[in-house]
Amino acid sequence: MSFTPALNVDLNLNYFELFGLSPSFNIDLATLESNFRKIQSESHPDRFVSATSTEKLQSMQLATLANEAYQNLKNPANRAKYLLELQGIEAISETNTAMPLDFLMQQMEWRESLEDAKGAKNINALENLLREMQQEAKLLQSEIATFIDVKQDYISATGATRKLIFIDKVVADINKAIEQLEAEL
Amino acid sequence: MAYSDKVLDHYENPRNVGTLDKNDPNVGTGMVGAPACGDVMKLMIKVNDAGIIEDAKFKTYGCGSAIASSSLVTEWLKGKTIDEAYAIKNSAIAEELALPPVKIHCSVLAEDAIKAAVADIKAKQLAKETA
Repeated sequence: MSFTPALNVDLNLNYFELFGLSPSFNIDLATLESNFRKIQSESHPDRFVSATSTEKLQSMQLATLANEAYQNLKNPANRAKYLLELQGIEAISETNTAMPLDFLMQQMEWRESLEDAKGAKNINALENLLREMQQEAKLLQSEIATFIDVKQDYISATGATRKLIFIDKVVADINKAIEQLEAEL
Repeated sequence: MAYSDKVLDHYENPRNVGTLDKNDPNVGTGMVGAPACGDVMKLMIKVNDAGIIEDAKFKTYGCGSAIASSSLVTEWLKGKTIDEAYAIKNSAIAEELALPPVKIHCSVLAEDAIKAAVADIKAKQLAKETA
């Protein structure tokens, strides 16, 4: 499919429309990537050095929107959150702290394993934990794809998305711990 | 972002970190999580026969404000009745710690942890009475 970004694009387009994608959880990441690059080069400030102020403003707005849209669609948890937003659902409302108890217990255990491995400076244990979490994230992502793209079951999708956000946080913390330990070596 | 002195104090010297025996019929456990930031909080309270909270412990994985909020409530809880505990509002926690607006959800988490722990102990008491 050919994709030609226009400078005077409607800034109210949703993130998917901006990149010529249909709104779904399973998206073609290569298309997202290449269409993002197209918009980036189209709106690059170097091209507008001698342009009118209107064009300069348009290009800047487009570049900003494209960046924001790309960051939101590239990351699976953010993409799910955004798809739910399009359905009018706030997946991570700050006043909703109820999560399934077994999931929270599991979170505590993962967090404790992370602390232990960090304390013991055990990179192997951290990497094992990282693999376990990535496996878990994959599982949740395929659940979310089924809930949103196939069943349009947004309630279940919200629950799975909330879990994925927790997992992403642990993954980020494990990566940080591994980096720190490697820097000490 | 700058933390208030009180947050720093609780963060650096957290009070009452740990766990109580979760199988003790006088111990209630509250477990909550905030997807907004991925924080998890476990709060345990030990209640005597007069309904007074004798001990409180917490374990929180999260940012400084979440740790400070839970540390602070463990101090507040001791000596209170479970009904008084249930009435603790997140706004009081936020005010005591001078939490900035972006960290208010940490105090919400602590309030919800108290409510969950109280609900757990009440369920246990009910089970004891009907047993």
